[in-house]
Amino acid sequence: MLKIEHLDVWFGLPPDRVDAVKDAGFNVTAGESFGLVGESGSGKSTILRAIAGLVDSWTGRIEVDGQQLEGHRRDRDFYRSVQMVFQDPYASLHPRHSVDAVLSEALKLQGMDDIDGRIPQLLDDVGLGRGFRFRYPHQLSGGQRQRVAIARALAGQPRLLLLDEPTSALDVSVQAEILNLLTDLRAEHGLTYLMVSHDLAVIGHMCDRLAVMQHGRIVETMDVAALRRGAGRQDYTRHLIAASSGYRRD
Amino acid sequence: MSQTRRDWLLSDAPQTRRQARLGAIYQGWLTFRANKLAMFGLIILVILIFTAIFAPWIAPQNPFSQDLGGRLAPPSAEHFLGTDALGRDILSRLIHGARITLFIVGTVALIAPIIGLFIGTVAGFAGGWLDQVLMRITDIFLAFPKLILALAFVAALGASIGNAVLALALTAWPPYARLARAETLTIRNADYIAAARLQGAGPMRLLIRHIWPLCISSLIVRVALDMAGIILSAAGLGFLGLGAQPPMPEWGAMISDGRTYILDFWWVAAMPGLAIFIVSLSFNLLGDGLRDVLDPKGGKE
Amino acid sequence: MTDPLLSVRDLRVAFPTRQGVFEAVRGVSFDLGRERLGVVGESGSGKSMTGRAILGLVRPPGRVTADRMDLDGQPILNLPERKMRKIRGSRISMVMQDPKFSLNPVMSIGDQIIEAYRLHAGGGKDSGRQKALDMLNAVQIRDPERVMQAYPHEVSGGMGQRIMIAMMLAPDPEILIADEPTSALDVSVRTEVLNIMDRLVTDRGMGLIFISHDLNLVAQFCDRVLIMYAGRVVETLTAKNLHDARHPYTQGLLNSLPRLDAPTSRLPVLQRQDSWRDADTITESLETEFPGGL
Repeated sequence: MLKIEHLDVWFGLPPDRVDAVKDAGFNVTAGESFGLVGESGSGKSTILRAIAGLVDSWTGRIEVDGQQLEGHRRDRDFYRSVQMVFQDPYASLHPRHSVDAVLSEALKLQGMDDIDGRIPQLLDDVGLGRGFRFRYPHQLSGGQRQRVAIARALAGQPRLLLLDEPTSALDVSVQAEILNLLTDLRAEHGLTYLMVSHDLAVIGHMCDRLAVMQHGRIVETMDVAALRRGAGRQDYTRHLIAASSGYRRD
Repeated sequence: MSQTRRDWLLSDAPQTRRQARLGAIYQGWLTFRANKLAMFGLIILVILIFTAIFAPWIAPQNPFSQDLGGRLAPPSAEHFLGTDALGRDILSRLIHGARITLFIVGTVALIAPIIGLFIGTVAGFAGGWLDQVLMRITDIFLAFPKLILALAFVAALGASIGNAVLALALTAWPPYARLARAETLTIRNADYIAAARLQGAGPMRLLIRHIWPLCISSLIVRVALDMAGIILSAAGLGFLGLGAQPPMPEWGAMISDGRTYILDFWWVAAMPGLAIFIVSLSFNLLGDGLRDVLDPKGGKE
Repeated sequence: MTDPLLSVRDLRVAFPTRQGVFEAVRGVSFDLGRERLGVVGESGSGKSMTGRAILGLVRPPGRVTADRMDLDGQPILNLPERKMRKIRGSRISMVMQDPKFSLNPVMSIGDQIIEAYRLHAGGGKDSGRQKALDMLNAVQIRDPERVMQAYPHEVSGGMGQRIMIAMMLAPDPEILIADEPTSALDVSVRTEVLNIMDRLVTDRGMGLIFISHDLNLVAQFCDRVLIMYAGRVVETLTAKNLHDARHPYTQGLLNSLPRLDAPTSRLPVLQRQDSWRDADTITESLETEFPGGL
């Protein structure tokens, strides 16, 4: 479904050039849920943005569904099959657009028909009542906003969802609801996930395999069972797992 | 009944598109209404518009009819605000002058921000060389004092009210372009723009449907606050004889007429001055109130 | 707890809105000794507002009322701003979530710490400088001389947060209020910052109010925990017994966290009950912790 080889992403020009991702590579098979973990600045979100075409300064190979991508231009078919959910639901919805406007624009751009019939369907899919259709973002809680953002991503019936820390701005109880929703949607629609998070427990819950990143490089790729055992092959992985397990007074 | 209609408007869960839209407008109105001074400004402006529309019926006398026998008469029961050097009733001239003032202000307020919005958002959104070119042009316009530039335009185009408006509009847009560009730069990288891009939205759609609605509100506020300046510039052009031509009752030209007699017959210049002052003030108050309602940064929480 | 540093009874913070008065904090009571007190809750639970109310940082039109808010037996509720400023910083300090917004970007770090110290403790430039160096050493900054010269944008998030703590601790406050001090930090840096705060509490006998949304962290770091829901304290317990919490809200929060050691296919979802809004605080022991209070 998704194949990445020797991916380098950078920002700025020399001498201020920052190499955000260095020689990253991994594969995600169809129907799989793959996690990227790392601390801030490790380049995990940058990989998602490069795939989505939001960054154009990259080299290497990104293949989605056998189609090789170039630069930041993406065609309509790409947008229909790949969608993204952003970290901060307070920043990812246009403050002046109602839920109805957000979803109908997405449906229209994805070339869907019967927009008036599909909006309630989308709202049902993400567990929002139809009463939410005409609300504005300021009338929604964080969790409800994230559901709208997920509904928008689902509008074109994509097959690969890029999830950029979709719950890190939410309360834990709301996080549980959104994670459950994502689990259900994946089962129902046969979606493939590429999920970024700094929270190992969230990745452990949601993913089948994961890659650990540090300073722009992929330190190691492992499956979730190994993560649960705390069995990292690299020092950094073990350090990260230990630090994530909580605070221990020394 | 009125209570339930209020609840319907303030509902957090509107059932139809119309209810949502009306509710948003009503919320804005409530915020605006809470600002007493802004309400005062709005009332003055409504009166001004009303006056302009019904000028021929309200004005007690013909603003052009001269009465050289009764020239420079002080305010009295016959002429509430006195008469000018040609014996014309100042009140009637002020009332008819409201039409000209509104015409100037309305046209400038329509043209300048639209030019500014277009140039500013395109520059901010496109970036690169287009941004450079558009912003340098803006800088060139900004480098000249506004009134001097307007004078040059009018001198080139010929003195008339239409050209005065055009000149004012052409000199007023650069600040709006800068404002719109600055707003666009902050919006451009927002996640919701990235999300719209991922839906396949093209640059035109992003500009018109996503960026403009957010820039427009701060522009409206800015325009309302600048309105006083526009009135004064128009009056300035009129005062210099480059705007409205006699015998048009333009307020600035009226002050200009009265300045010869300002010490002995103060009302000839003071009355139109007072009118300009009140209208400018009310636009400023209105702008303040609109900022409460529209500015996305203030008073959202 | 015979001699609390801070004693709060029936604290309320209310904001007038178009739909009537909204109470962000609805009757919070607690005593703070020389301990680490965790305040946990979700967004909107009133936990941050409680911290701000103690420091007199609630902006109008918000109104703060309480039966009692005493610092060392002295009432500090709604003091005039001038008197409150003396207390703020010198006797009670606050560390915010993101150091980026709390440090002055155009002033060197050393100058900011010196200023913070001299504002409250007075003294000359040299003693202030020495104190600043001591404080930076205390928060384990390796090259304090160099960091003193640096500007906030030149340091990392973890370093910035340690500098904030150094600055807040320079005047030797009795109480430190830390509002999500580690949420913006990476896990590996988080441990260091917590260690520093921990040592300061133990060594100086300071009282710490640790406001956080992270239950596990609070359970491991604090001595005692208040669980807040909808502006009230719904449960108080000893931190190490957090996992035996009795209130369904606390239990629900704990259960909704995904765990590496206990995989499930679905996470239990918290079902909120209206009755939690006004129910009494559940305390661990049978003897009431606040006689006559609640």
